[in-house]
Amino acid sequence: MTRYILQRIGYMIITMFLIATFTFFLMKLLPGTPLSAADKLSEEQQAVVLEKYGLNDPVPVQYFNYMVNLTQGDLGISFQFDNREVTTIIMERIGPSMTLGVQAMVIGTILGMLLGLVSAIYHNGILDYGSTFIAVVGKSIPSFVFAGILQYFIGVKLGWFPVALWGTWAHTVLPTIALAIFPIAIAARFMRTEMLEVMGSDYITTARAKGVNKFGVVFKHGLRNALIPLITVLGPLAIGLMTGTLVIENIFAVPGIGEQFVKAINTNDFPIIMGTTLLIAFLFIFIILVIDLMYGVIDPRIRLAEGE
Amino acid sequence: MEKLLEVNNLHVSFDTYGGEVQAVRGVTFDLKRGETLAIVGESGSGKSVTTKALMQLIPKPPGRIKEGEILFEGRDIAKMNEKQMQKIRGKEMSMIFQDPMTSLNPTMKVGNQIMEGLIKHQKMNKSQARKRVVELLELVGIPDPENRIKQYPHQFSGGMRQRVVVAIALACNPKLLIADEPTTALDVTIQAQILELMKDIQKKTDSATIFITHDLGVVANVADRVAVMYAGKIVEVGTVDDIFYNPKHPYTWGLLGSMPSLDSEDEELYAIPGSPPDLLDPPKGDAFAARNDYAMKIDLEEEPPMFKVSDTHYAATWLLHENAPDMDPPEMVKKRMKGMANMSSSSSEGDRV
Repeated sequence: MTRYILQRIGYMIITMFLIATFTFFLMKLLPGTPLSAADKLSEEQQAVVLEKYGLNDPVPVQYFNYMVNLTQGDLGISFQFDNREVTTIIMERIGPSMTLGVQAMVIGTILGMLLGLVSAIYHNGILDYGSTFIAVVGKSIPSFVFAGILQYFIGVKLGWFPVALWGTWAHTVLPTIALAIFPIAIAARFMRTEMLEVMGSDYITTARAKGVNKFGVVFKHGLRNALIPLITVLGPLAIGLMTGTLVIENIFAVPGIGEQFVKAINTNDFPIIMGTTLLIAFLFIFIILVIDLMYGVIDPRIRLAEGE
Repeated sequence: MEKLLEVNNLHVSFDTYGGEVQAVRGVTFDLKRGETLAIVGESGSGKSVTTKALMQLIPKPPGRIKEGEILFEGRDIAKMNEKQMQKIRGKEMSMIFQDPMTSLNPTMKVGNQIMEGLIKHQKMNKSQARKRVVELLELVGIPDPENRIKQYPHQFSGGMRQRVVVAIALACNPKLLIADEPTTALDVTIQAQILELMKDIQKKTDSATIFITHDLGVVANVADRVAVMYAGKIVEVGTVDDIFYNPKHPYTWGLLGSMPSLDSEDEELYAIPGSPPDLLDPPKGDAFAARNDYAMKIDLEEEPPMFKVSDTHYAATWLLHENAPDMDPPEMVKKRMKGMANMSSSSSEGDRV
């Protein structure tokens, strides 16, 4: 097991290296320069600035320098944000995004699974139709629509939670709900389908023939067997939510990473683009490792042969 | 012997989009304590549905017990609710399923799967249950039970898994054991082993057994009595000897004729022409009439009642009516019957005293 994890970490490092390389060269293909007001600067001034940031070096040299710095944990300094260090900027920004993402994922997964379970248990009953309706609505209506509705009714009319901005935990409530609706819908749909399939399988009949009650059949025998496809879809979804969603962060004026990422791309702020990409890539690879390990915990057939 | 189970005029239907499928259409039989009844018939004849109804394991909806009673020690199971059934299932009656590859929970340790019933019905604690599980695994012939209980089903072979399924069924010493084609999914050598095991267990536990199969060889081997089902009804019932040496229903003739035997020289097997009727719209009269070489006019019009052949032997065919012409089974079936006589006399000597 330890050997397997070490091996996976080795692959992770190789993957990160490849992603860094690809992103670096792709970024260099972007048109324009990082100078925000290039037309107001004379040629000499531009040359001085470019020289200062090492942007006049040949691309392979820039790449080499970047990679050397990267191995030392140095992501460089931002061109746009007052020459501050990229690591600091990302650290500041990742907090709100992560908070929203994690809260939305936890709520979304739990509520979605419950809805899906209810659907499956009361298959073709009123509860099933109700929860399927919620799932369809949640999946087909974009989150910014919900965001607007929440802001207007709960934020403005009822005044229960702040409409926007960032500060206290109360500020996170509305954006979390808006973000959670999609994972609720996805989890509910997958849970329902998987659970229905599992409930129709032979070992569920075996369990019922033993005299196990409905609760035991669903939770002890059914749930675990229905989880694998669910975590497969929820993992990548979680990364998407945790690393910042541009629309929601904009609507609620959350100082998150998504908003900043787009700004950086628009202004050719190479170090920020690189830094954010690497962060998202890292989270992705890491979550995939976690999911792979969870498969083994959930299903013994996937468990790795130990000591063999 | 006292009657353990009495099934009277049982009807089971499934409500589908196409209409009501009448899977079981008036089945009546009884079972004494310790007795083994084999139910034979082709796929779709209602054998599995009948036995699943006995434990109320039919998915509801779409299935439902439409009519009839199932008296188990005098209590009518057909009228029990889910809560009451949960106390009976696994404790007083239990079931062995067809395919051991799918009938065990893949994510639960084998020991825990066997233990579940013990903890629920016998109110055992974990360590008592564990001890009993080890005994059970020894009983069903699984070597090294102490270690095996910690393993998952995928670490067992097909035959070993079926032994586990048998152990689960036997855990609480049920009065009635239903085996739904327990050997169909296994290869022939393993089949023989599981059959031996089941016979052995019958001797040790004296549970009454209902044995569903379409393999007549198995029937001759394990059963005391045989019920032949066709299109949701029992068409002939009798002791093994009645059914094998003196079959009266043309469908039973067909079944016997289509069974290969080792000592017959000719390789041709009898095939029953046609296919079973659509139970969405069961035919009027005898459901077998359309495939029956011996059908008479009345078969198409009126359903035959159960005619008594002897105290133990009944068959639902108009051929037994006093006005019907005397009919002999076809030559081929007679030959098979002779073969059967040799077979079962050699195999039963040691077993049935």
